[in-house]
Amino acid sequence: MIATLGLAALWLAAALALLQLLGGALALRAKGNPLVAALRPVAMIQGMLASLAMICLIVLFCQTDLSVALVATNSHSAKPLLYKFAGSWGNHEGSMLLWVAVMAAAGGVVAWVERRLPERTILATLGAQAFVSLGFYAFLLFASNPFTRLDPAAPEGQGLNPLLQDPGLAFHPPTLYIGYVGLSVAFSFAVGALLTREVSPTFARAMRPWVLGAWIFLTLGILFGSYWAYYELGWGGWWFWDPVENASLMPWLAATALLHSVSVLAARNALRAWTVMLGVVAFSMSMVGTFLVRSGILVSVHAFAVDPTRGQFILALLAINIGAALAVFGLRAASVTEGERFTLTSREGALVFNNVMLTGALGIVLIGTLYPLIAETVGARVSVGPPYFNPATAIFVLPMLVVMAIGPLLRWRRDSMKRISPLLLVPALLALCGLAFGISRGIGVLPLLGVALASGLVVASVTPLWGRKLRTVKLPLWGMVTAHLGVALALGGMASDSAFTKEKLVAARPGDTIAVGPWSLTFTKVKPIAGSNWTAIEATLEAGYDGGKPITLKPQARAFWSPPQGTNESALATRWNGQLYAVLGEQAEDGRWQLRLWWKPFVTLIWLGGMLVALGGLLALFGRVASDLRRLIAVDKIAYRRRRQGP
Amino acid sequence: MSQPIKAKHQRLVLVLVALAALIGAGLLAAWALRSQASFFYLPAEMAANPPEVGRAVRLGGMVEVGSIQREADGVTIRFVITDGKARVPVRFTGIVPDLFKENSGAVAEGKRGPDGTFVADNLLAKHDEKYVPREMKDMTAGQARAAVEETK
Repeated sequence: MIATLGLAALWLAAALALLQLLGGALALRAKGNPLVAALRPVAMIQGMLASLAMICLIVLFCQTDLSVALVATNSHSAKPLLYKFAGSWGNHEGSMLLWVAVMAAAGGVVAWVERRLPERTILATLGAQAFVSLGFYAFLLFASNPFTRLDPAAPEGQGLNPLLQDPGLAFHPPTLYIGYVGLSVAFSFAVGALLTREVSPTFARAMRPWVLGAWIFLTLGILFGSYWAYYELGWGGWWFWDPVENASLMPWLAATALLHSVSVLAARNALRAWTVMLGVVAFSMSMVGTFLVRSGILVSVHAFAVDPTRGQFILALLAINIGAALAVFGLRAASVTEGERFTLTSREGALVFNNVMLTGALGIVLIGTLYPLIAETVGARVSVGPPYFNPATAIFVLPMLVVMAIGPLLRWRRDSMKRISPLLLVPALLALCGLAFGISRGIGVLPLLGVALASGLVVASVTPLWGRKLRTVKLPLWGMVTAHLGVALALGGMASDSAFTKEKLVAARPGDTIAVGPWSLTFTKVKPIAGSNWTAIEATLEAGYDGGKPITLKPQARAFWSPPQGTNESALATRWNGQLYAVLGEQAEDGRWQLRLWWKPFVTLIWLGGMLVALGGLLALFGRVASDLRRLIAVDKIAYRRRRQGP
Repeated sequence: MSQPIKAKHQRLVLVLVALAALIGAGLLAAWALRSQASFFYLPAEMAANPPEVGRAVRLGGMVEVGSIQREADGVTIRFVITDGKARVPVRFTGIVPDLFKENSGAVAEGKRGPDGTFVADNLLAKHDEKYVPREMKDMTAGQARAAVEETK
């Protein structure tokens, strides 16, 4: 019943998307067409129907309705409710439905609230959104229907991959998807503005909240994913340059560049064609990411589907969408007139540098991610890892971070280094101190540069507040300062983790004492324990920092029975200055247990900094939306007064 | 600073700068990939055409029956990866993945040592049907099954 309802809602939503596309196309030509007038409600209803389909799937998973094939292959009645709920998107079909639902809902919200741009532009934007959605509806309905029934119903479900059975599953995929798909709105805005020749500061202001919102969610999604991988996989690393991680990093890099260029367009009416291009690129990267993850050409925890036709379907969608957008861009780019001018030493100049460097880093990641796939077509099997990605991206990112210290201090249009150089004195001195400290510890080149830059940036990022009355500082400026400070802290965390981590791998008996860095651990006992769908061996470690009061750590080696698989649950002890990380391995024939321990100084700054970056985005978003609302209310009031005073 | 650059020139300069950076990124990537990409070897390929000592590569095949030995430190294991045609001894220090066992597929990431032993920094084992290292997926179709048959 619920499955039928979900499927019906999905088909109806797809039909409305078709209508929306037609209406959007008509809006470019005819005026007063009834379909055009109905476009906004159509988009809103489409959003509601697609969301309803997703809710139906969630209900099916929560009830463990085994007459639905997707539930039977991916869920299990004994699974905790949280994972039944989150498991609805922990599989290929469900995750694609989530994608479509978010995309339709975002389109509905645009239709509902956006009133600043000329109506034609909005309608063209909604049409573009429908064009993209339709492809994904077709993909869902014809190649990966989440509501396929089983007759007779399965006696029991097959369960969910234990690596995914973690609270992280409830947050990581939806946040990342909202980010991915939020960029589709930026994409549609860009296409709509190109089609109706409306690339203007107003367009930038209309697009900016969407870019900001999508970017915040992408940032959070990547952060969750990184921390999840860090504690769940038990490898002690937080970023592996895995193709699937890169798939989320690439849209983030493009969105970060877009976020900065859209500010230039909104404030100064410059970088017009470039901003539109980035809007297209950012969502293209989301689709490339989806293709990489969902096509089954990569095999990882994330790649659920291994049906090659699906990969071809997504590849076709990718080619059609990107091709069409680039064609529109090619046809209309010449009509986007040149924006305002500026000198190199200006806020715009710094932001251009930021954009070019981010695009360069994006290129490096894209090439490194696709290279193994391309090499495979000529028969060479290759993997590309940190030895490539770390230095190659650093070449672009580190200079960009230097400019991040300077750019926010510069004025728009033209400025001189002489004016701002006194402000840079303290950051420069701190950077030198960081450099000296790093050299004295004899750390590698990249961590050294990271430590030095991070030390300088911590102060440089808050310098734009210097000499201002803090009470009058606007929210977007607070947002920028917070986000830049977050970048500095995260960079410091990364550098510290790679330079100062202490690792120990031992085979120990209960009663043994192990030293790692400043910690001294006593291995007291092992005991068997059980959860609702797993059993485990749990070790107890008493860890004392520098002779202080001991903390108890309990790493587990878990065995799940459906599907039969094991996971290593790491145990973490967090202090202000870092984390102790413990993993329990297997027992050797002589009765000793393998233990792997890391002391990671300041590793937590990576995620703390990342959260600050997202918080900065949130502050800026609030600031922008609040001032938009104020303007809207003021306009409404004037209109109301006019009407009352009118004849 | 000088006056803002002329309109016509500015656009050109920006486009050129961006192009230069992107081409730079491409060239850098190409150069770095040549020296840093790690190639995948089957034991027979490694025997016929060994990679230079110290270069990061990946070695995939079946874990030979009866070859897993644990060293006295309790955390280092030695085993042999085979594809039925050649055998490569491997040494690994660390916690082995749960599904790493004899007569089952594994991919070792690491470097070839001067004595011909492959020193692995990381081991990937076949997890379940949904999560198999890519190379091993191909192997289960072809070589791996043959390898299993031959090593029985």
